[in-house]
Amino acid sequence: MRAWLGTQRAQRQLFILSVLVPVFACLLIFWVYPVIRGFWGSFTEWRAFNPNAPFVGMRQYTRAFRDPIFLISLKNTFYYAALTIPLNTALALLLALAIDASGGTRVFFRTVYFLPVVTSTIATALVWKWLYQPSLGLFNQLLTLLGLPTQRWLLSPKLALPSIAIYSIWKNVGFTMVVFMAGLTTIPTVYYDAAKVDGAGRWATFFRITVPLLQPTFVFVLVTGVISALQVFGPIYVMSAAAGDALPGGPNNATMVLAVYQWLMAFRELELGYGSAMGLILFLIILALTIIQLRLMRTRWEY
Amino acid sequence: MIATARAVARRPPRALGKRLEVWLLRLALALGAIAMIGPFYWMIVTSFKPREEVLVFPPTWWPHNPTLEPWLELTRLRGGGFVVFFRNSILVTASTTFLVLLTSALAGYVFAKYEFRGRELLFVLVLSMLMVPFNVSIIPLYALMVSFKWTNSYWALIIPGAVSPFGIFLLRQYMHSIPNDLIDAARIDGASEFGIFFRVALPLSTAALSALGIFTFMWVWDDFLWPLVVIDEPRLYTLPLGLNQLRGRFGSDVAAMTAGATAAVLPVLVVYLAAQRRFVEGIALTGLKG
Repeated sequence: MRAWLGTQRAQRQLFILSVLVPVFACLLIFWVYPVIRGFWGSFTEWRAFNPNAPFVGMRQYTRAFRDPIFLISLKNTFYYAALTIPLNTALALLLALAIDASGGTRVFFRTVYFLPVVTSTIATALVWKWLYQPSLGLFNQLLTLLGLPTQRWLLSPKLALPSIAIYSIWKNVGFTMVVFMAGLTTIPTVYYDAAKVDGAGRWATFFRITVPLLQPTFVFVLVTGVISALQVFGPIYVMSAAAGDALPGGPNNATMVLAVYQWLMAFRELELGYGSAMGLILFLIILALTIIQLRLMRTRWEY
Repeated sequence: MIATARAVARRPPRALGKRLEVWLLRLALALGAIAMIGPFYWMIVTSFKPREEVLVFPPTWWPHNPTLEPWLELTRLRGGGFVVFFRNSILVTASTTFLVLLTSALAGYVFAKYEFRGRELLFVLVLSMLMVPFNVSIIPLYALMVSFKWTNSYWALIIPGAVSPFGIFLLRQYMHSIPNDLIDAARIDGASEFGIFFRVALPLSTAALSALGIFTFMWVWDDFLWPLVVIDEPRLYTLPLGLNQLRGRFGSDVAAMTAGATAAVLPVLVVYLAAQRRFVEGIALTGLKG
């Protein structure tokens, strides 16, 4: 018996090691090391193909806050988040409630509104870019047919970022909607029955029961929404650059966001140290906003 | 009691008003649905239009002279065209998804069901990696690929993504609820540790595995930034990079671009329509637990 237990233990230990050693080797090489290297690199004059990067302290960080394009990209990143998150959240909740109440067509509409979520970002962004095209795109052709003034959309410094934001909402609203629909199913129906018995109207029910009890869902939606909006790259990259090898972020830096500027600096200018500093600034911003949101939206209701 | 009476008194003549309301709701949702599907319709229709028809005003709502020319053009791009990009995308996405499922399930199982020294510390390390955005690690990861001589190879596209902290976390949470009795019973029956994992733990975790599989597949299939950084030889392009090649060549090549976009969108769309319930359940599982 003891011998059997002994081999059992040895087998178990062998199993644990044979799983964790390769997994943690990968984790250390491809996740932990890059984070530490990036942190260290942001304090050096690190350039591509130049192994000895001198330590420069905070210089990459002070440089960022004196770099006008970096400041523009910071502003645009927040502007993009402010354009997408509130509208996406409100629209998603509205759709979730409407689709839940639409009876037999529930699955059909859920499938349709979720459709853009599963499709390729670059493919759909390119199609939208074509829809926005000023002379031949469908949007301006429709406006012309309706006798309305046409817009320059992605080519207008004022409309470029909002145009990309509209695309992003179209692409992502279905995801948030499904999260809300899942959240709605967790609310016990007794509360709605009780509200009905008490004669509460629709608005009262919505604001007194639905919204407070969806608190955990709101936290999830807003926290993940902020994290992904601040890192936006793909749609901006393909929708803002004109053709061929033209660089993204235009017109006139109107769509320059942090991730795009970091890409330009690190992989076009080969300023790896400066790029790393920008990555860390973005990380600190995300961390701060996440903590603030979790604090502000701490669940105050229990059921 | 009074409240109930008031509610009853206030209730409108039900059935008809209620039915009308549901139909109005459906009408509004249908209008929104047109906006959701419209771009796809326009994409597919444009991909069958000859060059001249793409540029006419007013636009034609379906191809008057349908042609396959845009689709044929896709095969004539640098690097071998969309057939090659498609093959690359399938290869990279399938291998990464397989490796993520395997490593997440194994590590998740070990964290959930074994006691060993340093377990909490290692798990905290996994969790801390969840918080770091890709923008922090992308530059050193690129430098690492350069020193491994992995740039312009499938290795760079597959191996760094083979272990997923999110996957390990998800599977650990899920496998925690597997009853220990089942595992002990299998052990007494003489099953090896790997045997227990494959015959007890894996079959009981299919919901979490399919959710993780679907999401990993979608993320890798959709990934653009990382391939853009490590690949510049067209023969190794994945679909997003191949599509990017068609970016902005407006006028003549719009039809080819829409054909490429259709090719990239369609496979995922078909899988989604066949298994849409799994996608939705996957979000509920990962989103609300995670």
